[in-house]
Amino acid sequence: MSRLHTEFAGIAFKNPVVLASGTCGFGRELAECFDIEKLGGLSSKGLIIHPHGGNDGIRIWETPSGIMNSVGLENPGIEAFIEQDLDWINEKDVVNIVNMGGHSKEDYFRGAERLNDVNIDILELNISCPNVKEGGMNFGVKTEAARELVREVRKISKHKLVVKLSPNAEDIVALAKMCEEEGADGVSLVNTFLAMAVDIDKKAMVFQNGYAGLSGPAIRPIALRMVHQVCKAVKIPVMGMGGITTWQDAIAFIMAGAQVVQVGTATFMKPDISLDIIAGVEKYMEDNHLDSLNEIRGIL
Amino acid sequence: MGKILTNKKLSDDFYLIEVEEKNQVKAGQFYMLRGWEEYPVLSRPISIFDADGDRVSFLYKKVGKGTELISRLEPGKMLTLNGPYGNGFPMNVKGKIAMVGGGVGIAPFYYTAKKYKEEGIGSQIDIYLGFSQKSVLEEEYRSVADNLYLDIGGFITDLVNPLEYDVILTCGPEIMMKVLYEKCKKMDAGVPLYVSMENRMACGIGMCKVCTCKTKNGNKTACKDGPVFLGSEVFA
Repeated sequence: MSRLHTEFAGIAFKNPVVLASGTCGFGRELAECFDIEKLGGLSSKGLIIHPHGGNDGIRIWETPSGIMNSVGLENPGIEAFIEQDLDWINEKDVVNIVNMGGHSKEDYFRGAERLNDVNIDILELNISCPNVKEGGMNFGVKTEAARELVREVRKISKHKLVVKLSPNAEDIVALAKMCEEEGADGVSLVNTFLAMAVDIDKKAMVFQNGYAGLSGPAIRPIALRMVHQVCKAVKIPVMGMGGITTWQDAIAFIMAGAQVVQVGTATFMKPDISLDIIAGVEKYMEDNHLDSLNEIRGIL
Repeated sequence: MGKILTNKKLSDDFYLIEVEEKNQVKAGQFYMLRGWEEYPVLSRPISIFDADGDRVSFLYKKVGKGTELISRLEPGKMLTLNGPYGNGFPMNVKGKIAMVGGGVGIAPFYYTAKKYKEEGIGSQIDIYLGFSQKSVLEEEYRSVADNLYLDIGGFITDLVNPLEYDVILTCGPEIMMKVLYEKCKKMDAGVPLYVSMENRMACGIGMCKVCTCKTKNGNKTACKDGPVFLGSEVFA
């Protein structure tokens, strides 16, 4: 077994590097650029039970060492994903993580029910969607508001359940503990930071929704701190992410306690950047005579 | 990666960069260019100006950090280029063709007109170029056009009479392309207008959905389904 082999909630990953939701589609386009079976896993574009057209207006804006996006969960719907992409991704030797969002609790429940009919490795529950039915309240901000959602989805879903946490949560550590209490198999963090850009010539906000999600190396130190805090607080495994661009970043997140890491924005810099990260982590392990990442995981 | 052969300043903010790249490209396609390691995060989608199978050149305008960094690259250095991407302009058109470019949106029409001529597409190719300050590459465009029309500081769309053409291709600021679309519609010209969309992009290969165009046939990505669409699909 390769020294990169990693277990996450009983699921075997050939290495601890996963592509983050929203930055890799369903893997098809990247499969034309490189061998995606070299990856540990792939988290799908955020899916909702109903197809959704996403937001109007500008959807991307660069910041120093980061990007802000306001795609707004454009997706073909869970049914279309099952019909068009699921078999294809399941045939690949890569952990298939399906990221699911919703605009209402009903969306989440129906989505989880539908996904029970099919084969996936992990359901990643995205509770950081800002556009919900009731008054724009973000499910992922208040721990107790999120509890009911996580509890119900946990009851419904037969799959391994990982809850993706928002750094905009009032208390991300409390949120993670709640997920553990409600039976989640793991948590992944962090999603994007709520941010804003202004077009001073137009005297207007750049994004039609006002705020957008900041990602990339700009958020990395804060994401790392949050991953560290959550890893100290829970026993369930953690997928760490937030601006990971190099193998050194991946090692830092693993030292902070992450079981696996997700790479998102960096894929836009170089489509196969994750392969560089995997190679770098392996070289580091060789140089440091590590047989397993457990020897450095959570040492801080 | 391709070795930079030349990188010339043509006017205050227009540059032409030529890079070694063995690839077949279609008229109206683009590459994602990157002349730096990490920052800015995103590569820059830039239209192909010309290509011959061994090299490809790009006309670009220095507008921000990315294009400024590209403008500083010297011949002999390497440029990261991913592509060619996008659908490109149609190769099954006939009759009198107008190509209308505004600003750096003129870029795809040199290679497109050259390709059309080589393949015997169209009976006449007229190129319209609109600039805000100073024209560039006039002779090059003249060499591939039956007629070349220029406008500096005004509205290039004013010079185009849609009734004279069987097909119109346009690329440039969205507002310019919309004006042309409305003009065709108002004159009831019935001429197919193909527009090349310049939405901001991130991945360039159709997976991130930041460049989505909401068309009457549903959401399409400018980078993969486009950048070329029928005007009636995106502006109606």
